[in-house]
Amino acid sequence: MKSDGLEQFEANRDLKLHNPEDQNLTTLNLGPTHPATHGIFQNILQMDGEKIVSAVSTVGYIHRAFEKIAEHRPFYQITPLTDRMNYCSAPINNMGYHMTVEKLLGITVPKRAQYIRVIMMELARISDHLICNSILGVDTGAFTGFLYVFQEREKIYDIYEEVCGARLTTNMGRIGGMERDLSPKAIYMIEEFLKNFPKVFKEFEDMFNRNRIFIDRTEGVGPITAERAMNYGFTGPNLRAAGVDYDVRVMNPYSSYEDFDFEIPVGTNGDTYDRFMVRNEEVWQSLRIIEQALKNLPEGSYHADAPHYYLPPKQEVYRSMEALIYHFKIVMGEIDAPAGEVYHAVEGGNGELGFYLISDGGRTPYRLHFRRPCFIYYQAYPEMVVGSSLSDAIVILSSMNVIAGELDA
Amino acid sequence: MELTNENVLGKIIEQFGIDNIWDAVNPDGIMTFQTNRETIIPLIQYLYDDTELQVRFLTTMAGIHYPEQKDKELCMMYQLHSLRHNYRLRIKVYFPATDPVMPTLTNLYATANWMEREAYDFYGIVFTGHPNLIRILNVEDMEYHPMLKQYPLEDQTREDKIDTFFGR
Repeated sequence: MKSDGLEQFEANRDLKLHNPEDQNLTTLNLGPTHPATHGIFQNILQMDGEKIVSAVSTVGYIHRAFEKIAEHRPFYQITPLTDRMNYCSAPINNMGYHMTVEKLLGITVPKRAQYIRVIMMELARISDHLICNSILGVDTGAFTGFLYVFQEREKIYDIYEEVCGARLTTNMGRIGGMERDLSPKAIYMIEEFLKNFPKVFKEFEDMFNRNRIFIDRTEGVGPITAERAMNYGFTGPNLRAAGVDYDVRVMNPYSSYEDFDFEIPVGTNGDTYDRFMVRNEEVWQSLRIIEQALKNLPEGSYHADAPHYYLPPKQEVYRSMEALIYHFKIVMGEIDAPAGEVYHAVEGGNGELGFYLISDGGRTPYRLHFRRPCFIYYQAYPEMVVGSSLSDAIVILSSMNVIAGELDA
Repeated sequence: MELTNENVLGKIIEQFGIDNIWDAVNPDGIMTFQTNRETIIPLIQYLYDDTELQVRFLTTMAGIHYPEQKDKELCMMYQLHSLRHNYRLRIKVYFPATDPVMPTLTNLYATANWMEREAYDFYGIVFTGHPNLIRILNVEDMEYHPMLKQYPLEDQTREDKIDTFFGR
């Protein structure tokens, strides 16, 4: 039996939010391929002269059906999908997913692996925030800062390359820990980064933080109150800029975050300048965490003892029967996971990145839902730009750090 | 008040009755229970309004499809978070695929707007009262809801696609 609601819905299906007949308004398409959107998504803006009267966002241009694909793949083959969500900080996605599966399997990861994960995740956060903030500079007309920090971002990618062999879509780590230990070269590179990066970043901050032009372009632009931000499901730097100190690393510590001493910066009125400043401060805090993790890096194994899920070393596979069998079973996805239901959240570059995994005891997840912070907070964009000018809309968009890959999954 | 699964569940059952709240389990540290379509919106409203609980953050919503369960084929999962107490809970509502209708949550949480559109897009769940229930990630003229289990992934051996367009 159909309920009343279904019929009502079918009757209202053609409802449109816009009134395109209004002669005084101009309709402007910002996107899908506009250089200032930094990704493929469309905003249809209705303009009254310079002012935006209403906006509608269209997303889905690079939807790749990750949730559907994940239902057909063994657990290991899902990690590369997570790379392609927030590709600016891929290690966080990889490790968040690995931790979710470990939670399902009940694997405890050794301290050393947890610390290595923290180091890599914080490097990823730095590179994510660098992209967002330097591109915000570009959108306000300051190109230099972008070039300064992008050189340093390359160094982070060099570290990824040393640790896992890839740069952008990293597929870093394994279920149960890391794929290999931090090599002396990797440690040296991280130490070099910790030594050289602060100087460069200080210079970047000097260029922006007290810059009159930059402040005029960003202060009071696109503000959002804490109540609205929470109602819209904001998380991460965007929520903290509005003054709510919610950070998954502190509220629900994972991977030994409780061992480190760091602060959560918060803003006051949630405008573009606050979002910029919160991200800048988080970069400094991430550096603090990396420093502590590197200094106190525990001895021990870099992966858990979980032969059913952790790939054996390649040399072993060539000469030991046991290892060959495990290798084959893991690669072919012939190992069943226990039935269960878990949710695990990590603090991604943009906020709470959650993985909701239901397993029915088979070789693939029964359902894997990604809570993508971008997707959830981007819907506030129309509300934030109404009443501002077109140039402000561009700045607000960059300061929200909307990553198209994460938006569309 | 320290929130525990027991006292939160006790409060909810006291408010809505044992007939409307059932199957409370704790699969991963987050309390999960079931309710029905009539109770879900008043329940989430109550959790929002109650001064002791202050569950005022909608973390995520997800549709789930269980084709084998007779008259309970579809499921909508709501995960909420009380930032004040750092307490999470998960609510599930099961309903038949022949009547895929749920009340909308957009009046309370603005963030439910796109989440519900996503559930509609993938599972065909219709949210009554939603201001703009259209597809969000898939193309508008798609004729089915792709996350339902009866639709397989695309056959990798299909031959009606021209390989050169895909770089193969």
